[in-house]
Amino acid sequence: MLSYWELMRWGDQGWADEMAYGALLTLAVSAQAFVLGLCFGTLAAFAKLSSSRAARAVADGYTTVLRGIPDLLVIYLLYFGGSGVVTSIAEALGHDGFVEINPFFTGALAVGIVSGAYSTEVIRGAYLAIARGEIEAAKSVGMSPFLMFRRILAPQILRYALPGLGNVWQLALKESALISVTGLVEILRQSVVGSGSTKQPFDFYMTAALAFLVLTTVTGWLFRRAEAWSMRGVRRD
Amino acid sequence: MDPVFMAQTFVTLLDGIPLALQLVSIALAAGAVFAVALAFMRLYGGLALGSLARAYVFVFRGTPLLVQIFLIYYGLGQFEDVRASLLWPFLREPYWCAVLALMLNTAAYTSEIVRGGLQSVPFGQVEAARACGMSGILLFRRIVAPIALRQALPGYGNEVILMVKATSLASIITLMEITGLAHRLISETFRAIEIFVCAGAIYLIMNFAVTRAIKMVEHWLSPHLRDAPDDARATGRVAAISH
Repeated sequence: MLSYWELMRWGDQGWADEMAYGALLTLAVSAQAFVLGLCFGTLAAFAKLSSSRAARAVADGYTTVLRGIPDLLVIYLLYFGGSGVVTSIAEALGHDGFVEINPFFTGALAVGIVSGAYSTEVIRGAYLAIARGEIEAAKSVGMSPFLMFRRILAPQILRYALPGLGNVWQLALKESALISVTGLVEILRQSVVGSGSTKQPFDFYMTAALAFLVLTTVTGWLFRRAEAWSMRGVRRD
Repeated sequence: MDPVFMAQTFVTLLDGIPLALQLVSIALAAGAVFAVALAFMRLYGGLALGSLARAYVFVFRGTPLLVQIFLIYYGLGQFEDVRASLLWPFLREPYWCAVLALMLNTAAYTSEIVRGGLQSVPFGQVEAARACGMSGILLFRRIVAPIALRQALPGYGNEVILMVKATSLASIITLMEITGLAHRLISETFRAIEIFVCAGAIYLIMNFAVTRAIKMVEHWLSPHLRDAPDDARATGRVAAISH
């Protein structure tokens, strides 16, 4: 049995470079999931705030269902269901056999859909926190809805939503570990591969846990910095 | 969607419910005890115990549950000492590993909820109780615990729902609860959408039941916020008139 530092050497002899690459992939897939979630969350938040009853019902259904079922089920649905749909389209176009879709994309989409359900409530709350007078003032100086969104709404929604979005990001980062079941070689999948070929599972999973701790701590600190920066124009007295 | 297939799937998946409920109830019960201990260490344990609890919460909230499950189920077997120990018959079983991981994980989150509840007790309440001559366990049992419990309940309800969802991860270490059965059915039939709808419905029903139950406990714990029952209100009115 190799010692931990022999196992985790950089280069062909050790696993450190593979694990580092896996950690980068974890970061990349979580970041994409988080951004997708922001898009879904913004759309659903405005649907919840809209005057259309149908839009509100759809958005309510989205957040209730996606927050009530396990993420693993969503990943299985997109991974197997998505491949099934793509395979039948490919067959209709004359292609033979099972088509697998990119696990990076399905994984990011699955975690994104779930984190979008959590982002919805954060963004909705942030919109409601904007003082009504700001919107009235924007209308009274003749801003179009798009200009008002860009100059008045978006910057303030972002300010009020940042603390909640920080929590959603931590969630997305940790949920990204589940994408390993689709075979995407992020940090946890890389640990499964490594422990399979070295029979030292503890060393690998401990490394994965440490990598996650570093990622959550560093990004948590970045979010706190961003919060402080976004509040710089707010009077505190 | 084929209704006959859906009905069959639903019945198959129902078999997974007892296992999921076992996992979640054992983990929650043991986790709650551990969480209270952690919260006390953090609040009253001094520097050493306090930092220990803080470190525990930091590690368990900063890493994914799936990594914790793998670390316990696959990782611990790497050590000869663990395999020779008395605990090995338990740590060898995916069931006890899943319970242990869920328990350790929920304890970290719940301890923060409990701490928030304990800190939310207004100091005036404690002062008043001391003025009446209560102290120690009596003060905690009669004044602090009921107020803290009521404050912590909504947050704890969210944690219970997260745990119900987290039992799905046990399927990755071969336990055949709802998601495990669903996964097996999907790989046998490739009818992902129908199976997803059935499994999702079961989780939604379970979580709906959890929300209702928490709401009921909340109602039961807040008699001071409820309207007085009709006859009491009537007597109150009579009393007010007669004054």
